[in-house]
Amino acid sequence: MMYLATTGRRPDAPPRPAGQGRRVPGTVIALGAVSLVTDVSSEMVTAVLPLYLVLGLGLSPLQFGFLDGLFNGATAVVRLLGGRLADRGGGRHRTVAGAGYLLSALSRLGLLLAGGAAGGIAAALAADRLGKGVRTAPRDAMISLSAPPEALGRAFGVHRAMDTTGALLGPLVAFAVLWATTDAYDAVFVVSFAIGLFGVLVLVLFVPAGAVPGAGTAGAAVAAAESTSTGRRRSRALGDPVFRRVVTAAALLGAATIGDSFLYLLLQRGLDLPPLLFPLLPLGAAAGYLLLAVPAGRVADRTGRRIPFLCGHAALLAAYLTLMAPPGWPAAVLVLVLLAVFYAATDGVLMALAGPVLPLDGRASGLAVLQTGQALARLVGAAGFGAAWTWWGPRPALAVAALGLAAALVAAWRILPEREAS
Amino acid sequence: MKARPVVLIAAALVLLGGSLGYVLHARQRNGGQRLVAAESSFTLDEPGLYYRDTASGRVARSPGVPDGPSCVRFHAGGDRALCLRALPGTPARTQAVVYDRRFTELQTVTVPGIPNRARVSASGQLLSWTTFAVGDSYAAGTFSTRTSILDLRTGYLVKSVESIPLTVDGARHHAADVNYWGVNFASDDNRFYATVSTGGRTHLVEGDLRAWSARTLRENVECPSLSPDGTRIAFKKKVSADPAAPWRLHVLELAGLREHPLAESRSVDDQAAWLDGETLGYALPAQDGKGTDVWSVPADGSGTPHLLVPGGSSPVTVPAASK
Repeated sequence: MMYLATTGRRPDAPPRPAGQGRRVPGTVIALGAVSLVTDVSSEMVTAVLPLYLVLGLGLSPLQFGFLDGLFNGATAVVRLLGGRLADRGGGRHRTVAGAGYLLSALSRLGLLLAGGAAGGIAAALAADRLGKGVRTAPRDAMISLSAPPEALGRAFGVHRAMDTTGALLGPLVAFAVLWATTDAYDAVFVVSFAIGLFGVLVLVLFVPAGAVPGAGTAGAAVAAAESTSTGRRRSRALGDPVFRRVVTAAALLGAATIGDSFLYLLLQRGLDLPPLLFPLLPLGAAAGYLLLAVPAGRVADRTGRRIPFLCGHAALLAAYLTLMAPPGWPAAVLVLVLLAVFYAATDGVLMALAGPVLPLDGRASGLAVLQTGQALARLVGAAGFGAAWTWWGPRPALAVAALGLAAALVAAWRILPEREAS
Repeated sequence: MKARPVVLIAAALVLLGGSLGYVLHARQRNGGQRLVAAESSFTLDEPGLYYRDTASGRVARSPGVPDGPSCVRFHAGGDRALCLRALPGTPARTQAVVYDRRFTELQTVTVPGIPNRARVSASGQLLSWTTFAVGDSYAAGTFSTRTSILDLRTGYLVKSVESIPLTVDGARHHAADVNYWGVNFASDDNRFYATVSTGGRTHLVEGDLRAWSARTLRENVECPSLSPDGTRIAFKKKVSADPAAPWRLHVLELAGLREHPLAESRSVDDQAAWLDGETLGYALPAQDGKGTDVWSVPADGSGTPHLLVPGGSSPVTVPAASK
């Protein structure tokens, strides 16, 4: 409620001159609140779904794996579609994002109504993924359009910190509901639906609609940035050489990441960590990300986003090297901190880097292309690392991954544009 | 403009009230104890078919009322019974409870994951269980299995069999994706059979506890179940790419490694149990879509499946006490 109290006041505040705002724009806070609430809602379901399907419904692990993996590939396509839809007709970002949030919220009712029918559950999960895919790019486009270009790093940092807070709270809420009801999974779905619906309401009430969200505060700055890129208006995002360099660098670096699950597995093996404590590893990294997202964004605003983005990947490289050192608790903590730095310095920062490069009316679809390219490259990277592990064993595979990441870093150093808003 | 916070707070109250109401309703509905201990009259002394009753979630002896402990998976051998329970809440955790003949709790081990398979050796000295662990959204999206072995003679617990040196097709195998499930012990209380999966393939694996090594014997064998005379292995074989019906029960002769399909043509996702030297029992999803029924079929491939216990799972034959 703390965030909501702030958002309630923000839109009424007098517009501040662009560039001087020491505060994060109200639209960004509102979008952060929407993401926080929505992540509570969706992580609740993620946390209980395997239990529900396998214990509650008696589905076999194989069937679960099938249901779970079914729509992962489709999300990439849907994300591109979401970006396109949002850009068409001059800024329907809020409508498209809102439809995505609403679809995901309604999918919880689908889970409830499906009962034990596998087909119905598959449809509900598909609707959830569809909603998630559709909303991501328009939402990030709205953030990048709401804050002045020189404060984008911090704006994305604030959003990602709020988003991560929701993801951390979700499983706790689910646990509380299961505990209170002696494992009534349907109650988790109902509460998740109510929370999801609340998120949609926050979006509708506190995120302004229109071609340029938050025009009152950042319109001038955006317009100024836009004037330099009028030549690229309506052009396909990938046709722009500067943007193409950003996508290439992100994809190269993405292909050199090995996937978090492998990192955690290596940590667990090194420490001989009791399996019951295993969930603490991703939790620790997420908590670090939550704390570092805003400071990293501020640094990115001061130095330009290129340096933090590259330094973030250097932190990941340092994490790989730490994993090759003799294991122990200090090394493990260092790896988690480095991983948190990596996420804080790269995730929102990449959006802040790419946003100003893209024209206003092509921003959502451009960000969608960038996110999809990065996600696919990471998928390839994780698969490659898995294969290398099988062939050569974990240590040689890690050495190869470190070499690959170092090479990708050097390449990205040369490829990434020096000045983002050229 | 001023109305927005009011609208939001009103909506929050309505949604909160609705959620709270539903939670309280669910609490009322699910009321009562979830985990129940066995009645004092319920023991392993009486020979016969034991199973888990779906409706009550408790172990029962056929025919009879379910007076046993609450379990999700159940197995018994010698003087010991093994019960897997799901602990409430997330992330999923499983409690493996070891009982004596009178269902007094001897030992409890808590492991992460959802209960999947449970086996006790014929002597009652070795126990094994498999849980099915799901990566949360930060970690991997895929599932993996975790199999433990408990030796009651020494009290030694192998938390995860994955650490065993594995030889696949004659070559030492290292991989991150190695998963074991469905352990089954031989009568010497040293050798065991299980499924190992790696690189997208499943293998029948023979393990040696004392030597602490394992080697694969054959591909496409899941959930092995050794016959009481130790000559045959019943298993589920993947015969179709259709995720709705991938498996068929087969029996493998260990001498000569020849296999034949059983008369059960439906897809069985269970570790079959030898009810006697010639008959296998297994669970199949019930017609009404809720829970499972226990069926039996001859092990030699002849005959037809026979419905043994409606609304049951985890069948196990408890022989007369050999004292």
